[in-house]
Amino acid sequence: MSDRGEMRVIGVARRRVDARAKVTGQTRFADDIFLPRMAYCKLLRSPHPHARIRKIDTSRAAAHPGVYLALSGKDLPIEYGILPVSQDEQALCVDHVRHVGDPVAAVIAREELTAFEALDLIDVEYELLMTIADPEEALAMPVPRIHEYGEEGNVHKRVSLEFGDVEQGFGEADEVFEDTFFYQGNTHLPIEQHASVAIKDPGGKLTIWSSTQTPHYLHRALAKVLQMPAGHIRVIATPNGGGFGGKSDPFNHEIVVARAALMLDRPVKICLTREEVFYCHRGRHPVLMKFKTGVKKDGTITGMHLQTLIDGGAYGSYGVASTFYTGALQTVTYHVPRYKFQGCRTFTNKPPCGPKRGHGTVQPRFGQEVQLDKIAEKLSIDPAELRLRIAESSNAVTANFFRLSVVNLSECIRRVVKNSDWKEKFRKLPEGRGVGLACSAYLTGAGLPIYWNKMPHSGVHIKFDRGGGVAVFCGATEIGQGSDDVLAGIVAEVLGLETFDIRLYTGDTDLGPVDLGSYSSRVTIMAGNAALQAAERGREIIAEAAAEKFGVPKERLQFADKRVFDSAAPEKGVTFAEAVCLAEARFGTIGAIGSYTPPKSPALYKGGGVGPSPTYSYTAAVVEVVVNPVTGWITVPKIWIAHDIGRSLNPTLVRGQVEGSVYMGLGEALMEEQEFRRLPKKLSNALVHKFPSMLEYKSPTSLDMPEVMTELIEEPDPRGPFGAKEVGQGPLLPIMPAVANAVYDAVGVRIDEVPITPEKIMKALAEKKAGREPRFGPSHFPNVNWPEALRVPPPWEGGDGNAVNDVPRAGKHRAEKEKVLSS
Amino acid sequence: MQLPVESQKTAQIRLILNGEATDVSFAPYKTLLEVLREDLGHTGTKHGCELGECGACAVLVDGKAVLSCLLLALECDTKSVLTVEGLGADGKLHPLQDAFADLGAAQCGYCTPAILVTAKALLDANASPTRDEIRTALSGNLCRCTGYQQIFEAVEDAIVRIASRDASNAGGASPSPTAKDLR
Repeated sequence: MSDRGEMRVIGVARRRVDARAKVTGQTRFADDIFLPRMAYCKLLRSPHPHARIRKIDTSRAAAHPGVYLALSGKDLPIEYGILPVSQDEQALCVDHVRHVGDPVAAVIAREELTAFEALDLIDVEYELLMTIADPEEALAMPVPRIHEYGEEGNVHKRVSLEFGDVEQGFGEADEVFEDTFFYQGNTHLPIEQHASVAIKDPGGKLTIWSSTQTPHYLHRALAKVLQMPAGHIRVIATPNGGGFGGKSDPFNHEIVVARAALMLDRPVKICLTREEVFYCHRGRHPVLMKFKTGVKKDGTITGMHLQTLIDGGAYGSYGVASTFYTGALQTVTYHVPRYKFQGCRTFTNKPPCGPKRGHGTVQPRFGQEVQLDKIAEKLSIDPAELRLRIAESSNAVTANFFRLSVVNLSECIRRVVKNSDWKEKFRKLPEGRGVGLACSAYLTGAGLPIYWNKMPHSGVHIKFDRGGGVAVFCGATEIGQGSDDVLAGIVAEVLGLETFDIRLYTGDTDLGPVDLGSYSSRVTIMAGNAALQAAERGREIIAEAAAEKFGVPKERLQFADKRVFDSAAPEKGVTFAEAVCLAEARFGTIGAIGSYTPPKSPALYKGGGVGPSPTYSYTAAVVEVVVNPVTGWITVPKIWIAHDIGRSLNPTLVRGQVEGSVYMGLGEALMEEQEFRRLPKKLSNALVHKFPSMLEYKSPTSLDMPEVMTELIEEPDPRGPFGAKEVGQGPLLPIMPAVANAVYDAVGVRIDEVPITPEKIMKALAEKKAGREPRFGPSHFPNVNWPEALRVPPPWEGGDGNAVNDVPRAGKHRAEKEKVLSS
Repeated sequence: MQLPVESQKTAQIRLILNGEATDVSFAPYKTLLEVLREDLGHTGTKHGCELGECGACAVLVDGKAVLSCLLLALECDTKSVLTVEGLGADGKLHPLQDAFADLGAAQCGYCTPAILVTAKALLDANASPTRDEIRTALSGNLCRCTGYQQIFEAVEDAIVRIASRDASNAGGASPSPTAKDLR
């Protein structure tokens, strides 16, 4: 930053540092890598949703001309998974397949087509097992078990947390509302299909290029499954052609090509077909939810009880975290003085669910915001006014012990109300036209890493060379969101350079220090703060040498316009390159390092590790809809959104993230769904994906996208680099409930289910016409065998962040807890 | 010994690839997409489905936007093919590329090459399309990152840039590229 306080790079709308590569087609995605002698890999996938593998024989495939290698489960038996508590995947299933598309064997051949043909020569004998299609079946059928671990039967994870006595909260309420909602699953649909290329490098070690959002976690999984020292493995995350959470798990295909490359001593590539991408999935969990909320007449919430039933699909993936996330952020948005959360994730015989943009918080956000709309109507309070009354405030500690930083939710609400002309439209538009409002909050980076450790979450090295070159090394992964531009922007600002002057080496486990990955909206704050620290340290070294040379105190030196000069006499200075030479002559080779670890969270109870964040972003949105009462067809002419960004590092990219989130949210609201059906009995009765293709899995096109008016609320957050907070995920969250609320305003029916389709609107309109409840949505929440709740008294009831009915968390002494709470 | 079918490069065509006459041999069943990426090393053109659903593989064949994953390379003999690699000229980006880069129209950049050439076909046929005409022209190209708005704005901005480029070209020889142009 220039010492005059005015910034030249940060906050300026500018071309992103990697834009030229993208518009010339030179960005090298994983499938763009072609190497001499490269072989191709194809996976044989289970056609059955649930079966035992009786016998598998790859010998005919291995003997096929052009085939180099055939692998099956016994070649890669070690289990892995993204979370230490769910090591439940095998690269190739050894004896149990759990969904259609689970891989059982691999063929590596000279040509891709040969590998594909040879899959037909693999003989597999399956013993079919009963299929578990959804969570209610999973609760009812403990056998056959999909996994041998979990709570019991086919229940993967159950959690129960209570922050204050909610029954007392309901007792103090004037009205208690109970609503059930269903959020259908959907998938990321990145346009780039996952691809990987692995080689045994000239020194005999493994290198893998892969479209992954989390090279560090892939690195760990490879070391485990291949039983190799991590130091002998290099993972290079190629720029992702869209991620959205779908490339955050270590994948079977990555492990298979790595093993094959080591065995064959040749490069081995795999690129999944679009159908296979649907089977990789890790997308939005289908969630059934029940909200019970007590309110005073003025809208103040007295207590909330949320139950979620989560369809996890066939593997753990991020599911334990997802389960906690379904209950984490209700309190971060609005003040909830007493809160009970119960979540249950079950295994089913479908592709595994995982993290998709807004991870686990999207589904309950829909329920909460639609219920608030119902509450506002019953209490005759404008929905915007209701939210202003209950919005959380800066620096609060929530009932579940999440510490907030800067909160600008109210300002977001006021802006969208003004921009959309809300007061002239709400309940005033002609029949068939309506507006809806909703809000949200999201993490700016997960406060804890996926595996327990005390090391930084992100690190940056900067190398300065004599020509004035600045190279930034960081594990951060470019998935299109602009993580390279965040690093370049921060470093350029501190050193008085342009982003074009910065060279970036990112997403490579050999070259840069660890960054945990592009997930949980963590890159800007974590890699950004690490880059800021490294750049400031580098500047300090250079300034010291330059100050000596000029004979001025180093505090007077300014770095701007690619020069280092005396701010009192700007003509007295040298170019940045000359300043680096002065420093190198004075101190030797110049480099600087920076790292970032999130602040400690006061949530010390078991389960309190999911949800804490250095700070949270806030968003409000108004959606206008037109509903055709004859066909139920919904069109969205316009969306107004305001996002609490802290500070825009590059406003062009920030706007792109907001609008991209709105787009993806609108797709989820209106059309996207990961649906399954059973094949006819005479075939196999298998549970198969209804539409594993881009044509039938509907997503919005350029014709469906409404005009979006984006407003950014900029109040720098002391926790963020230059005050920046997240923007990649939060703005998606309010869109689905705002659409539902707008549909109600337009035609007076409640669609308590996502996606909101014309068919559902027609059914609800028919109910309305028949004088029944004008609604479409789930009517019951099944019985779950909930464990005894961990009882954590909220801060205002004297709680210290621990559960009163659990042993205090290991290693946390009371004095330390109090320090965390008061810091 | 018989070669695997993919290695039997028995088909040969000559096409004008980005303005250069180019001979290529390939296995006869291959699509233009496969031949461009695998046999000609032009990896700028992408794929998202190889079924004609996503639009990521669009290229211009004789000036018309087509999905290269649905077109047999054998059908392209003697034809002129333009890919993203051929958009810029004289060391400068095409105005569409500049506008996309400046205005955030490329996020992950995966659908970008196809959208750029599709937009070029539109602007070649209609120098000043309306927002609705741009929407319609790009409706076969899925983009999961941007929400399309910055893409529309970039195409509209390129219209202005092209008009000003053409006006200045009419006034004399085109200036040699500056360092900024080469970014």
